[in-house]
Amino acid sequence: MASIWEYANPRKFMGTSAALLPWVTAIAALCLLGGLVWGFFFTPNDFRQGSTVKIIYIHVPSAIMAVNAWFMMLVCSLIWFIRRHHVSALAAKAAAPVGMVFTLIALFTGAVWGQPMWGTWWEWDPRLTSFLILFLFYLGYIALWEAIENPDQAADLTAVLCLVGSVFAILSRYALVFWNQGLHQGTTVSTVGVGVEENEGVSSVFLYPMLTCLTGFVFLFITLVLYRTRTEIRARRLKALIAQEQMA
Amino acid sequence: MMGLLKRDLALAIRAGGGFGLSLAFFLIFTALVPFGIGPETGRLSEIAAGLLWLGALLACLLSLDRIFQLDWEDGSLDLLATSPLPLEALAAIKALAHWLTTGLPLVVAAPILGLILNLPGPAFVPLVLSLLAGTPALSAIGTFGAALTVGIKRGGLLLSLLVLPLYVPTLLFGAMAATRGAQGLDPTPTLALTLGITLGCVALLPFAAAGALRINLR
Repeated sequence: MASIWEYANPRKFMGTSAALLPWVTAIAALCLLGGLVWGFFFTPNDFRQGSTVKIIYIHVPSAIMAVNAWFMMLVCSLIWFIRRHHVSALAAKAAAPVGMVFTLIALFTGAVWGQPMWGTWWEWDPRLTSFLILFLFYLGYIALWEAIENPDQAADLTAVLCLVGSVFAILSRYALVFWNQGLHQGTTVSTVGVGVEENEGVSSVFLYPMLTCLTGFVFLFITLVLYRTRTEIRARRLKALIAQEQMA
Repeated sequence: MMGLLKRDLALAIRAGGGFGLSLAFFLIFTALVPFGIGPETGRLSEIAAGLLWLGALLACLLSLDRIFQLDWEDGSLDLLATSPLPLEALAAIKALAHWLTTGLPLVVAAPILGLILNLPGPAFVPLVLSLLAGTPALSAIGTFGAALTVGIKRGGLLLSLLVLPLYVPTLLFGAMAATRGAQGLDPTPTLALTLGITLGCVALLPFAAAGALRINLR
C-alpha cells in the first residue's frame, strides 16, 4: 500500500510533484480568477459597507492561509524531528516566506478596508495585533534559517523555534483578548447566514465566491510550496554535486 | 549545581560589563523617556508603569547573548555538556544566574526609577510584584533564545528578533498588572496570570533550551 512516507524519498517526491504541479497550478489559477471575477463584478455591494466589502475575497482567504501555513510548518517540523525526513524540513523552510507574505497581505488589505470603515488604518485590536506578532514569528523563523550554515543544524534549530513559537503564538493570541476589546468582527464564515441581518453570518451571496477564492488560495499555497520545495531539493543536490567534484 | 551557580555569579560580578550594564541601561532608558515624550508629570505618571516594564524587558534583552556566548567561545560549554550534570539542569542554572544578576537588580531599581517618572503611589507595590513575578520568565525565555543562537557569529541582533515576540504575553500581563495598580484597580488577577506564565516558562523552557544546546554542540 502506498504510504505518505514514500515521499520522504526526494526522488519520489520530485517525480510526483512534477506530475501534480500543472494540475494544482491550473486549479489555483482557475479558482482565483473565477472567484475574484465573480466576487468583484457579479456580487451586490453590501448595503452598509458599499463596495469595500469586496476586499474580503482577498483578506479572509489570505488570513486563513497565513495561520494554516504556520500550522503546516509545525507539522513538518514535527515530522522532521520524529522521522528525520529531509523533504519535510525543506517543505517547512519553503512554506515560511509564503506564509509571511499571506500575513502581510491580510494586514495590508485589512488596513485598506479599515481606513474607510473604521476610520483608521490600524487599531490595537487582538486580531490585528496577533497577526502582527505572527508576522514577527515568521520573520524570526526565516532569519534563523538564513543565519545557520549547516543545513541539518538549521533544520533542527528552526524546528525547535517553530514548536516553542507555536506555543507562544497561541498564548499571545489569547492573552491579547484580556488586553484590549476587539474592533474586528468575530468568526462569521463558519456560520452561514441567510439574510444580511446583523450577526447572522456571511450572506451566501458573498460566501460562495469567497469559498472559491479560499480554494484558490489553498491551491496557490500548495503550488508555491511545491515549487519552493523542489527548488530547495535541487539546491541541495547541486551543493552535494559541487562537494563531490571538489573531493575528486 | 551550586558550584556552577556560584561560578556564573562570580563571573558576572567580577568580569565586568555584564552585571552593572543592564542596570545602567535601565537608568538611561528611563532618563531618556521624558526627552522623547515631554516633561509633563501628568502624562509621565500615566505611562510610567508600562514604560518601566518595557525598560526592564529591554535591559534584560541586552545581556542575553552573554548567557552562553563566553562559555561557548572558550570551550567550557563543551566541558559542561560532558559533565554528569544534565543539560536541562545547566540551562535552568544559567537562567537562574541570569535572573539573579539581571532580573533581580532591575526589580530593585524599578521603584527608584519610578520616582523620577512620577509613578502614582498605589502602583509601586503592584509594579515590584509584577516584575518579581515576570522577570524570571524573561530570563527563561532569553536562555532558550541564547541556546538557539549560541553557534551563530554576531547572533545578538538575531537573538533579539527571536526573543522579542516570545516576550509578548509576559510583558502584556506584567505591564497590565502594574498599570491596573496605578489606576487603583485590583492587580491580583493579572499578577496571577504573570506568575502562571513564569511558572510555565521556568518548568518547560529549560528542556527546549537543552534541546537547542544539544543540536548546537553536535
